[in-house]
Amino acid sequence: MSHARRERWIAFIMVLPSILLLALFVYGFIGWTAAVSLSKWDGVEPNYSWAGLENFRLLFSKVGGVSARRFSIDLWNTLFFTLFFLLLCIIVGLFLAILLDQKIRGEGVFRTIYLFPMSLSFVVTGVVWRWIFAPGAGTRLRGVNALLHAIGLNALRWKWYTDTSSFGPFHVALTPVIIAASWQLIGYTMAMYLAGLRSIPEELREAARVDGASEVKIYRHIILPMLQPITLSALIVLGHISLKIFDLVYTMTGKGPGFVTDVPGIFMFETTFQGNHYAQGATISIIMLLMVAVVIIPYLIYSFRREVEL
Amino acid sequence: MTKHLNPMRIGIYVLLILFALLFLVPVYVLLASSLKTFAEVQDMSKLWVPPAGLHLESFRAAWSGIPEKGLRGLSRNLLNSVYLTVPATILSSLLGSLNGYVLAKWKFRGASVVFPLMLFGMFIPYQSVLIPLTQTLAAIGLGGTLWGLILVHVVYGIPITTLIFRNYYAEVPTDLIEAARIDGAGILSVYWRVLFPLSLPGFVVVIIWQFTNIWNEFLFAVSILQKPELQPITVALRNLAGSQIKEWNMVMAGTLIAAIPTLLVYIVLGRYFIRGLLAGSVKG
Repeated sequence: MSHARRERWIAFIMVLPSILLLALFVYGFIGWTAAVSLSKWDGVEPNYSWAGLENFRLLFSKVGGVSARRFSIDLWNTLFFTLFFLLLCIIVGLFLAILLDQKIRGEGVFRTIYLFPMSLSFVVTGVVWRWIFAPGAGTRLRGVNALLHAIGLNALRWKWYTDTSSFGPFHVALTPVIIAASWQLIGYTMAMYLAGLRSIPEELREAARVDGASEVKIYRHIILPMLQPITLSALIVLGHISLKIFDLVYTMTGKGPGFVTDVPGIFMFETTFQGNHYAQGATISIIMLLMVAVVIIPYLIYSFRREVEL
Repeated sequence: MTKHLNPMRIGIYVLLILFALLFLVPVYVLLASSLKTFAEVQDMSKLWVPPAGLHLESFRAAWSGIPEKGLRGLSRNLLNSVYLTVPATILSSLLGSLNGYVLAKWKFRGASVVFPLMLFGMFIPYQSVLIPLTQTLAAIGLGGTLWGLILVHVVYGIPITTLIFRNYYAEVPTDLIEAARIDGAGILSVYWRVLFPLSLPGFVVVIIWQFTNIWNEFLFAVSILQKPELQPITVALRNLAGSQIKEWNMVMAGTLIAAIPTLLVYIVLGRYFIRGLLAGSVKG
């Protein structure tokens, strides 16, 4: 064997343990979960007898009863949660980044304050915001409601994450959870956009100014278009977080009354580890995986195509 | 050119300060509540009222528990988090460094297929591996143990640590490696003599990233560790806060204790934290 070939073998052997571990723990286990989702495993003892797509049918059709109702609420909740969470993170994050890009005194302090929630656990975030938005009732108001009462804004009081009302399929109880999640991750989009703004050469802006363009126009026509790749990355990263969100909601509100704040992650966890409905849990997690894969696989392919071209 | 304070700039500062205050609301709630006495937190409507004095009894309770009320302290769980996070962080960083080196500088046949397949592992919802994972850990005798959880974090940490190190080593000039090769260095000694000594900033970024993620993680921990005395602090905290507990100063103090390690890392090494953050999205 030639020297170069031998070294290529050593290179391969160096990464082999990682490749094997991931092959088993990612792809092997996903296959295994898929097998469970097609089985009749319902109880503590494993049971791999074939059920076909019955578990999926039970989640998506009326015959599924409470489970189907819960799962349909979960999917709507995920959709609205993702939508508003992404909107808030992108808009507020971009806004703060643009503000911070105006040669601000004390920029480091502001940046630190906007970004510190990123370093916390979703559990920490959940505990604090659960307390802040706890509604209380009657003469025993709590959290934000107590504050609203104190400053005379009683009309704005509502039951926050325990409210069961909805606009169409959108449960208003999700709002406090969306606020908490955005509080934690707005700093991420801000940091991404700020890095992007800093990478735009000053000469470009100067040239536009010389041509008589206003600051607003410079942002609209030159800077914002240049930030588009960052928006795409942020949408992917935050989007896949919100599609599989669990810890934050589980800590802050749990599934809520009538599943108003339930998400597939909570349903999967409860039905699997508290109800021992393994096949159903596996089915939910396969659906979660498909939702994430639809977003992530095109992104990975797109990223690597670009890298190869470079 | 110095900027003068015109109305526009005043407006910008007002907005920045307003947002800063909003972002700090939970910090106020945490600090104010944890400095209150048990008597003070009984009336839950007084959440926003500052504490009457600086009382630290909540921290003592959060640390060692209140046995007569059956409330467990978190000191044991904090230690568990350390025992979990330190080995898992070190092991996954070392693996990531080796993988990153090979993938950046020794592209073997099929590397361009293997790498994206590895990366996919960091995006999957971990729910989709949880059932086989708990079954497998139980079968190999690691079910319900800290070592099992360490193994899990090492394995699922491989994609992100590999990604960060690969991008980091890609910046190392190939000339450096060529020079060492001419001196007769093989693949391993190039790593040991050339790359590894240059790796400190890369290790700082990866270690901070892994430390923060593993410390803060909840789903794996709650699914694998049932025994309260083995659980890391995130799980213990959620159990404490989820119970019908009235001692909210204790919960808030416990939350602070859980948050302080990663918060300290962020405040002291924020620069590297942000670098890890930006590296977390696939570099295209």
